[in-house]
Amino acid sequence: MSAHSTAIGVSSKRGVWGGGNEPLKASYGKLMMWFFLLSDIFTFAAFLISYLAIRVSYPAYAGSAETFAGSNEYWPIPELVFEAVPFLHGVHAPLVFVGIMTFILIASSVTMVLAVEAGHRNDRNDVVKWMLWTLLGGITFLGCQAWEWSHFIHGTDAGSVLTYVNNLGQNVTETVFGANLMVNEYGPSAFAQLFFFITGFHGFHVTIGVFLLFLCFYQAAVGVYDKRGHYEMVEKIGLYWHFVDLVWVFVFTLFYLI
Amino acid sequence: MEIQDTKSTLQVEPRNEEKIKKIWKTAAILLAITVAEFIMAFTMDRGILLYSLFIILTIWKAKYIMMEFMHLGDEVKPLFYSIIVPLIFLVWLVIALIKEGSDIFLMRW
Repeated sequence: MSAHSTAIGVSSKRGVWGGGNEPLKASYGKLMMWFFLLSDIFTFAAFLISYLAIRVSYPAYAGSAETFAGSNEYWPIPELVFEAVPFLHGVHAPLVFVGIMTFILIASSVTMVLAVEAGHRNDRNDVVKWMLWTLLGGITFLGCQAWEWSHFIHGTDAGSVLTYVNNLGQNVTETVFGANLMVNEYGPSAFAQLFFFITGFHGFHVTIGVFLLFLCFYQAAVGVYDKRGHYEMVEKIGLYWHFVDLVWVFVFTLFYLI
Repeated sequence: MEIQDTKSTLQVEPRNEEKIKKIWKTAAILLAITVAEFIMAFTMDRGILLYSLFIILTIWKAKYIMMEFMHLGDEVKPLFYSIIVPLIFLVWLVIALIKEGSDIFLMRW
């Protein structure tokens, strides 16, 4: 039965929004993915804009980069906080590691869009190949983030001397190493709190994404989509994965560059 | 019961080299913008000018990801606008919260 001979009897006088057709020319699943992503954009935007608001409420570090020391009096310069690279202990390499992470995530986004393109052509072998690369990129990114967090939590060899109110309510002055939700050696406590919260929420999205990617990879490999007759699932999961990359682009700028 | 045939009945189409080339071109642009941001982070003085440039470049990258990778540009206009137009609210949020933050700064210090 075609869409034009339903029980309601759609006349040609009905407009685009009168029913009986698809005004947005997209399937239900794809539309819902887009509207979910729109709501998720607002969630992340609220977090990132709050970061900006809290950031401008603190003075910025004004001295030269050579004499930088962490303090809860001013906001730190990101390139002096994120300057470590795995296996190169003590080497000053500002933003190198996070640059590699950004590159990995963008690369996995590229392989994802190649998988979507292969899905349009019903090419199972290409879909499986590109999904596997995307999956690899996602897992590598999560591994990098785990290292980044671990380094951030454990801190530098020297630490910084801070005066703060500890969890017993006492005003103390001591050398602080690394970061927790209470105090951190890099800057005001809000700095580490926002770092954990926002990159953590993004990492959570990446984790969900990796599960979805694996599901998609598996189903494509065993021929579920061939039986179904289309590869739309690759497209929908692709939308989600690109969104994760989109958010990282903003997290990268706000946390690591500004 | 019939044994299910796992062989595909779908017709595999040949690769669309033009489309694939466009994907790699977009990837190259994204990479180039990121590299440019890196170079700027180490060569320019920190300040409003640099931060504005970073934000503009980031939105530029976001545009490429949404239009080319997520194919939003290929969707019909009503869908395109129903995703893009609500984002106008964020412009207000940015202005409101940065104003709020700088006022807190003045009260604290």
